[in-house]
Amino acid sequence: MLDVVDVSVRFAQRVVLDRLSLHVDDGEIVAVLGPSGAGKSTLLRIIAGLWEPDSGVVCLDGDDITHRPAHLRSIGMMFQDEQLFPHLDVAANIAFGPRMRRWPASETSSRVDELLGLVGLVGFGNRRVDRLSGGEKKRVALARSLAPRPALLLLDEPLTGLDRELHDRLIAELADVLRATATTAVLVTHDRDEAGTLANRVVEWSELQSPMSGGTKYPTPPEIW
Amino acid sequence: MAGRVDDHRGALNRPPRWFIGAVAAAPVLFITTLYAWPVATLLWTTMRHSTKGRSPFRDTGGIVWFTLWQAVISTVLTLVAGMIPAYVLARYSFRGRRLMLAATTVPFVLPTVVVGAAFLALLPNSWHGTAKAMIVAHVFFNIAVVVRLVGSMIAVIPHDLVGAARTLGASPARAARLIMMPLLRPALWSAAAVIFLFSFTSFGVAKLLGGPTHPTLEVEIARRATQLGDVSGAAALSALQLGLLAVVIVWTSRRQRRSAIELKGATAPHRPRGSRQRVLVGSVGAVVGVCVGAPLVALVSRSFKNGSTWSMSAWSRLGHAETRPGAGLGVDPLAAMGASLRFAVVAAVIATTIGVLAATAINGSPRLGKLLDAGLMLPLGTSAVTIGLGMLITFDTPPVDWRARWWLVPLGHALVAVPFVVRAVLAVLRAIPSDLRAAASTLGATPIQIWWQVDARALRRPLLAGAGFSAAISLGEFGATTILSRSGSETLPIVIGRLLGRAGALPRAQAFAMATILLVLTTVIVMASGSHEYLGSDDA
Repeated sequence: MLDVVDVSVRFAQRVVLDRLSLHVDDGEIVAVLGPSGAGKSTLLRIIAGLWEPDSGVVCLDGDDITHRPAHLRSIGMMFQDEQLFPHLDVAANIAFGPRMRRWPASETSSRVDELLGLVGLVGFGNRRVDRLSGGEKKRVALARSLAPRPALLLLDEPLTGLDRELHDRLIAELADVLRATATTAVLVTHDRDEAGTLANRVVEWSELQSPMSGGTKYPTPPEIW
Repeated sequence: MAGRVDDHRGALNRPPRWFIGAVAAAPVLFITTLYAWPVATLLWTTMRHSTKGRSPFRDTGGIVWFTLWQAVISTVLTLVAGMIPAYVLARYSFRGRRLMLAATTVPFVLPTVVVGAAFLALLPNSWHGTAKAMIVAHVFFNIAVVVRLVGSMIAVIPHDLVGAARTLGASPARAARLIMMPLLRPALWSAAAVIFLFSFTSFGVAKLLGGPTHPTLEVEIARRATQLGDVSGAAALSALQLGLLAVVIVWTSRRQRRSAIELKGATAPHRPRGSRQRVLVGSVGAVVGVCVGAPLVALVSRSFKNGSTWSMSAWSRLGHAETRPGAGLGVDPLAAMGASLRFAVVAAVIATTIGVLAATAINGSPRLGKLLDAGLMLPLGTSAVTIGLGMLITFDTPPVDWRARWWLVPLGHALVAVPFVVRAVLAVLRAIPSDLRAAASTLGATPIQIWWQVDARALRRPLLAGAGFSAAISLGEFGATTILSRSGSETLPIVIGRLLGRAGALPRAQAFAMATILLVLTTVIVMASGSHEYLGSDDA
């Protein structure tokens, strides 16, 4: 399904990703576990097509998509801080993807209803997104990213910033939703429990590094700052 | 003593009420005497005269229409042209970014006569006296408004918000239209309001570039007041202009009103990545450099020309009031420089004093402060010629027959400068954490000691900036000065305006030379005092 091969990224002089590779099979939910600041978000942005790598290849279903723009990839992403569109209500946020893909209006609205039901927000369609609680925002973000039926879903620390109890409840819900929709997904997190609950397969950040690449696994603090 | 503490519960660290009252007295007196009273007199004069005789609005329909459409076109073009540098400056960090920011800000602080003279120097003669020359200069002048107001909004829209739209299938153009534009709309409206205000009341640029065939309302008011001696007709047009501006300001503030949007996520500008972004940043930087540089270079180089040959004569004869023995210039460039500098110092002292007192009062008393703040901002929404005209017709009878007093001119300048001082000082005062004042009070400081030890210390930089900006405003002020100026104490802009109205190569070159001096003086004062850093940083 997804093949990331020998991808490298440099910002100015600093090497952020050094020849990383990752393989994901159809229907798999893979968790990438690594410390903060390791470059996990950068990896997801490269898979999503928001950034281009300096070298390396990204393939989806055997097609080389390294230089294909994000909106032509059919790869969804749930961002760490939701990034809900503040000027649109809940339903319009969820309908955004189907609208971009020019679904018929009736199909879009039934998809929105379906997803509101799936994430437990029936009746929330007309709410303003800035009036939602933290947990509700996460649910809307999940529904929005699933709405256009992406071939692959990327989850960037999807449940950080929530209190423990809500976090644990949402993990279970998220796992149910991903399984119910048979979504292929890549999750990056620093939380081992989260990774274990959600994923079929957990890979350590250090395992992504190609054996041929140089020694440094994690950037040291002076490099980050 | 325990009773005293109880009386001030909840406001322990605030200065006592009598202190606020004492501090507010001077700004209140200042704004009522110099603004409210003159404007009231102006409106009253109009009402009294409109009931008898022929209408003062005869033959003004064309002027109002022209003023309106050139202002609308200037506003739209400035918004379009300013969005690209605003975006680049807000999104990317690159070498030369500060320089580019300064380059887009400089035109805004330049005196209007300098901008007018620079475009006269740059544009071919066939453009002189045309609407298009005026509009081009308005765009040049106002780009800074877009870069500051819209740019500061672009800067807080997270990169990932657009990224989210992209992963949902929006092309870059659709993401810009469906996500960026709706979020920028309030900022675009406020920028449009400010640009429209400046273009609608354009005086220096309109007078120099539009020429006698394209008068704006502002130019016509000044012409009636100073050349035709038709003060009541001028007052009537001023009243009309005040009314039109009030309508526009109310309408645009309605449109921009909107509950604050909470945005979070990474927004820091990043280095351009990939060749496309590098080309974008590089080419925008180059275009900005050329567009800002060309008029200024043309101005300076034309001051060294006499006709088509290079010559120092414009500069070397600045000290003489005669072009050649017997043929008087009618103006004295060096005396004008002296008068300008004197006015600038006086205006800066008055504006900073009033501004600091006002900011202290506004910060100390939320309710009364809001009123004072709004009152002090009013002169900004009033055209300069209107302010000058109001003062002229108000202060003409004893005991306030001040028309012949030299200090009336710098007082008018200070009126326009005070709001900027208030904004700069207020931003700093509000940024002082209240716990700092609380800490001082637990250490035994009285409220007045706290003000002196905590607040006054923090004010040094905004004070310097405010004083510098006030001096720059005074040096470049043209509209009010045109009305209030007395012969013998003309300022640099007045003399430049007169020289540009003369025939012949030498007066023109001398005007360019003096505009160059004004350009350098203003830029140095603004940069040295750091006031450009406070532009657009207001929290209001």
